[in-house]
Amino acid sequence: MAEHDNKTTAADLLHGDYTYGTVTDKISAVVLSGRTPRSWYVGFAIAFALVMLLLWAVTYLFVRGVGIWGIDIPVAWGFAIVNFVWWIGIGHAGTLISAILLLLRQEWRTSINRFAEAMTLFAVACAGMFPLLHLGRPEYFYYLIPYPATTGVWPQFRSPLMWDFFAVSTYATVSVLFWYVGLIPDMATLRDRATGRFAQITYGILSMGWRGSARHWLRYQRAYLILAGLATPLVVSVHSIVSLDFAVSIVPGWHSTIFPPYFVAGAIYSGFAMVLTIAIPLRKVYSLQDLVTIRHLDNMAKVMLASGMVVAYGYIMETFIAWYSGNIFEQYMMYNRMFGPYGWCYWLLIACNIAIPQLLWFRAMRRSVPALFILALVINVGMWLERFVIVVVSLHRDHLPSSWGMYYPTVWDWATLLGSLGLFAALLFVFIRLLPMISIFEMRELVEEKQEQAP
Amino acid sequence: MPRKDASKLQELRSRLASQTGRGYWRSLEELADSEEFQQYLSQEFSDTAELWGGASRRQFLTLMGASFALAGLSGCWGQPPELIVPYVKQPEEIIPGQPLYFATAMTMGGLATGLLVESHMGRPTKIEGNPKHPSVPATFWQGAEQTAPGVSDIFAQAAMLTMYDPDRSGTVTSRGEISTWGAFLTALRPRLELQKSAQGRGIRLLTETVASPTLAAQIADFLKLYPEAQWHQFEPVNRDNELAGAKLALGEFVSTHYHLDRADVILALDADFLISGPDHLRHAWEFANRRDVKLSPKSQAEMNRLYVLESTPTLTGAKADHRWPLRAQQIEWFAIALAQRLGVDLSALADVVKTANEQSSEFLTSADTTAWLDAVATDLQSYRRADDPGSSLIVAGPSVSPLVHALVYAMNDRLGNVGKTVTYTEPVEAEPMLQMDSLRTLVADMQAGKVELLFILGGNPVYTSPADLQFAAAMDQVLFRVRLSLYEDETSALCHWHIPEAHFLESWSDGRAAGGTATIVQPLIAALYQGKTANELLSAMLGNPGPSALDLVKEHWQKQLHDAANFDTLWQTALHEGVIPNTELPAKSVTVKLDAGALTNLPSNDRAADTAEDQIDVVFRPDPTVWDGRFANNGWLQELSKPFSKLTWDNAALVGPELAKRLQLKNGDVVELEHEQRTLTAPIWIVPGHCEQSVTVHFGYGRTRAGRVGTGAGFNAYEFQSSMSPWHVSGVTLRTTGRRMSLAATQHHHLMDGRDLVRSGPLEQVRDNPRAPQFMQAHEHGEATSLFSPNEFPYEGYKWGMTIDLNRCTGCNACTVACQAENNIPVVGKEQVSLGREMQWIRIDSYYEGEPANPQVVHQPVPCMHCENAPCELVCPVGATVHSDEGLNQMVYNRCVGTRYCSNNCPYKVRRFNFLQYSDRETPSLKLLNNPNVTVRNRGVMEKCTYCVQRISAARIHAEIHAGDQAPSIADGALATACQAACPSQAIVFGDLNDPTSRVTQQTDDPLNYALLGHLNTRPRTTYLASLRNPNPKLEHVG
Repeated sequence: MAEHDNKTTAADLLHGDYTYGTVTDKISAVVLSGRTPRSWYVGFAIAFALVMLLLWAVTYLFVRGVGIWGIDIPVAWGFAIVNFVWWIGIGHAGTLISAILLLLRQEWRTSINRFAEAMTLFAVACAGMFPLLHLGRPEYFYYLIPYPATTGVWPQFRSPLMWDFFAVSTYATVSVLFWYVGLIPDMATLRDRATGRFAQITYGILSMGWRGSARHWLRYQRAYLILAGLATPLVVSVHSIVSLDFAVSIVPGWHSTIFPPYFVAGAIYSGFAMVLTIAIPLRKVYSLQDLVTIRHLDNMAKVMLASGMVVAYGYIMETFIAWYSGNIFEQYMMYNRMFGPYGWCYWLLIACNIAIPQLLWFRAMRRSVPALFILALVINVGMWLERFVIVVVSLHRDHLPSSWGMYYPTVWDWATLLGSLGLFAALLFVFIRLLPMISIFEMRELVEEKQEQAP
Repeated sequence: MPRKDASKLQELRSRLASQTGRGYWRSLEELADSEEFQQYLSQEFSDTAELWGGASRRQFLTLMGASFALAGLSGCWGQPPELIVPYVKQPEEIIPGQPLYFATAMTMGGLATGLLVESHMGRPTKIEGNPKHPSVPATFWQGAEQTAPGVSDIFAQAAMLTMYDPDRSGTVTSRGEISTWGAFLTALRPRLELQKSAQGRGIRLLTETVASPTLAAQIADFLKLYPEAQWHQFEPVNRDNELAGAKLALGEFVSTHYHLDRADVILALDADFLISGPDHLRHAWEFANRRDVKLSPKSQAEMNRLYVLESTPTLTGAKADHRWPLRAQQIEWFAIALAQRLGVDLSALADVVKTANEQSSEFLTSADTTAWLDAVATDLQSYRRADDPGSSLIVAGPSVSPLVHALVYAMNDRLGNVGKTVTYTEPVEAEPMLQMDSLRTLVADMQAGKVELLFILGGNPVYTSPADLQFAAAMDQVLFRVRLSLYEDETSALCHWHIPEAHFLESWSDGRAAGGTATIVQPLIAALYQGKTANELLSAMLGNPGPSALDLVKEHWQKQLHDAANFDTLWQTALHEGVIPNTELPAKSVTVKLDAGALTNLPSNDRAADTAEDQIDVVFRPDPTVWDGRFANNGWLQELSKPFSKLTWDNAALVGPELAKRLQLKNGDVVELEHEQRTLTAPIWIVPGHCEQSVTVHFGYGRTRAGRVGTGAGFNAYEFQSSMSPWHVSGVTLRTTGRRMSLAATQHHHLMDGRDLVRSGPLEQVRDNPRAPQFMQAHEHGEATSLFSPNEFPYEGYKWGMTIDLNRCTGCNACTVACQAENNIPVVGKEQVSLGREMQWIRIDSYYEGEPANPQVVHQPVPCMHCENAPCELVCPVGATVHSDEGLNQMVYNRCVGTRYCSNNCPYKVRRFNFLQYSDRETPSLKLLNNPNVTVRNRGVMEKCTYCVQRISAARIHAEIHAGDQAPSIADGALATACQAACPSQAIVFGDLNDPTSRVTQQTDDPLNYALLGHLNTRPRTTYLASLRNPNPKLEHVG
């Protein structure tokens, strides 16, 4: 095996001639220089408008109730759950990059991990919103928490929704911690470099007295590794549990043992697609091509290809088992997915998630930035459709033909979906403006490494 | 109390020793008469009294000040002063929380159905049938006692909502202006005076069918006072054809009574006798019993056999062993041919028969017709069950022509059925008349200007009269028009005076059952508005506005009963029982003598029908849920899905699949029907099994002044109806318009797709293998293996369960409305229904099997299954749906946060979610409607069938109170769910599965019992009994 050919060197991951100082300048300038590109304003304005749309949709939802959506009996779960699963899945790439790749000493993660983690956080925020909004009586969401109620009533621990509640809240907590701990040394850098009094104080507080002493670094590295260790099982567990929301039920199309791995692979798939969707414009606008290199994009494309193949395997197994089981309900479910009234969703999803991404086998495709960007968008759409097919198409025709129905999303369903995209984007824009989007200190390590490796 | 100690006891003994004479003491302390005791007596609350002992003026003022301040704080709440008044004298028999039942009756088509109405603290909430009334079959689940409520139909169940309808007319109006009863009387008096001199020549009285003895007597008095006045009766659903047929065959009007409990072969000609018409509740019960193989003797399973010929699908047709969709004209041809085969002497009708035979030669010679005629004729004459030889019966519906009715009278006579399966009495109506003719005469008189005073009591002729009569235009010629009606409707709008009518639940009145038995209608509540009864109006018209309706009814019966001494007792008993004894009409013997002469005098008869094959018939029928339009403003009935089409909130032009295919029509396509310059625009709905050359339209829709619920829904079929042929017209052109209309149906898929949902099979297989009929094994799935013991929880007390016998079920919907009434289920409206959000807890699923042109239809009521392994319970994150220790799957509304996962995971999809705020929290009158024992659910909460847990609790409390020394136990039959109580055929059985003798246990062990989707291991508590058919082997391969 031609190992040296494939080995990623520091030079592949950091182009240009950077020193400690210049690489720090380069990244911190985005935050501190004060010159915000026009595209940021335009983008933020659009995102903000969508947040207002979300606010409007949510306010109306609370006034009238979930009946404003297209859900009904039999399709009692609609866009809210589709969006929830989609957003949670997207979050996974961030955790995978920061935790698992850290433990596997994949150094190419360093320039993308920060915003991937931020993405995780914002995706989880968007995701976490939906289960609350979708409740018939959201004001009583705390019934899911095992708090010492005077009624003496506990949540029902056998319900996967209960597990979900813990999985997602744990995930959110660990992600915030991990992200924040990673930010501390960079906060100190910003504190030291900031010129305005307000910025100095703010970053000063956030950096928690970081002075960069050897003892600090020692403790820091240990804490970071422990957190990475804690976050690693979450990559697998969260989406496994989300998948159990479906797999535990007896609905044909949900009741399937393949769901946990299939969901996790799908989550990583969509997560990397989202990282690419964000990284490609970012490196362009802020001229970060030296830091986020083609090599990074190529690696991410490979991860997508691999996880995409697992997802494809999942689809094939679902179909095979439906036939092999001899269960007419399962067979009809599969037939209905393909040729029922929502058949177009299924074929579009196959196209988006399996057929088109096969282009990633070609090196030229993986290294073509525009092609990769379009592919990432296609996969994002495909993964959303996958969740739509699982949630809605399984429900709309289950056991009793008398109770079959249809689901048509209303304007409020769309407003909430678009609004959540807006919220996600707006949070990212704020993050880019206020915090270093690439880990400065890890890039400095890379500079060091590159110099060591240099002949 | 100071504690006693040894020294005190010592003291006590010494005191006793020193006492003389007899002394009584209350306590040892008193006996001791110590100082402490004296002190104790003076201060009842000795401990707290200390506080006050030394209160100074200052302290007193401080304390008072503080308490005033606290009292002031409570004033901040701003609660308005509300006076509550306690009972000074406890009303007799009212125990708070315990409902009382009162007997009364509901009149439809002139005939009364006996009811028992549940009343909570003077507020009626729920209607049941009165099993002591002859219209309500005495069902057996209560043993011989029959104290439990009886069966009923959808109209009776929904009457409660009409009573509380906020849209009902509340006040007297004069040309739209609010007025008073007094002003009306003032206006009426001079006009009646004027008529008196003219013998009442200008007076016309238009009522619906009247059988009420008091009202009939009042009308007779009125006609005596004004001898030239005319009384007309009109209802769109009348028995004109039947009466005309009787005249033709018997020479006189009669009432016909069927006795299905003795009928082994039944031929129904366009007759929906199980669902509507006189005595339909009794019919459903008797029919079901004759079909129930569990009731047949041990030697062999026996069933009756039903043949149905019909031009539009009916629920009776769905129960048929052989059903043949035919055009109305073809049914007549068939009847003539059958009469010939049965040897009826048709010589008097030779001309008619000849013409008919010429027209029908092609039809009569077809293989299908011959086979049918052979089979039916043979069966009618000879098929008898082994043990209990009954008889055959031919039944004709109100829509078939007088000729067919006459032939049916003759055929039943010829078959020897009279006196066995069919009996005759004098007509139960006070004045039987051909109503369409009567209305036509009235219109002619009005057009001729002969009518000066028109009184319209009830009905709604402006809306319900056929278009060709132009009733509304004719009314313009009348000088003074008075209307008495529940609603200020289309007719009231064209009248000078509108008097609000009291609903029957607010009225004193009386009525007669189909068999003639009289019933006193007693009010359950004082009139919500200023309603007057027809009796009161008639009394005012007779110049005596004083007496109340009660006085009038009582006075009438005082005269009738001739037993003045005992009248009070008789009256009280009649009110309590809901029947006046010995008022039933005696059977009447008749002689059949067909008289062609009568035929020519029948203008309602469509003799000149165009019979060309390529033309379309339009068949008119009353709507299955809103009837002739009188229930249009009733939300329960509007939202009740109609049989076959499963439509709500709309009527549609029903067509068969072949016709739809030929014209390329889809559900909801709007078409235009044209006939004799009249057009009707209607959306299409395809119904498998509909006659291919006909289109069915239902009355009752297209109301313009029905109220908030009914106005604007659907199209008005009366605008297309002709008085010459009110039940069907031939030669109609159908054009597509290219437009579409959205209709709200509750079920869109009617094929089982090989799924084991409704099991049905032929009687033969039950006879071959009674313990395990072949069709029961065909779909049998073993339960999947489980790690857990199926009897993990012992259920030591009760173990509730339900069975639904699909062989008895007719799909009549009574259970659905009864449940809605019992359980405060909201109405959601057309838009929500079309989104799939209807709320009924028990629904009727319909499935088709076989050829779409004439499929077999099975109905399956689906309530919550109360699964032992309930999939819903497992997935609720907050434990809002849990299993009770009696096996009920319960909803805890307060705990529900609305994740809706339970509904997703329910394979039966019986859970209903409050997507929006559906329950009405604003309308005052609708608040009175609610059952106080059932929570009113708010937005965001899941709900579903509870097995009427409130009734179980009531029965349990009752059992505990009356248990005496024994362990309390609810006897089998002492408890019925709302659906079970209402079910006319008693297909639903509910009870304790732990009781081996209970009916539900026996039905659960029946070989025909099966669980719906049993392979899912949900182990449902509600199980089904398979449906059976008894086909004639000779007709196996026919039509």
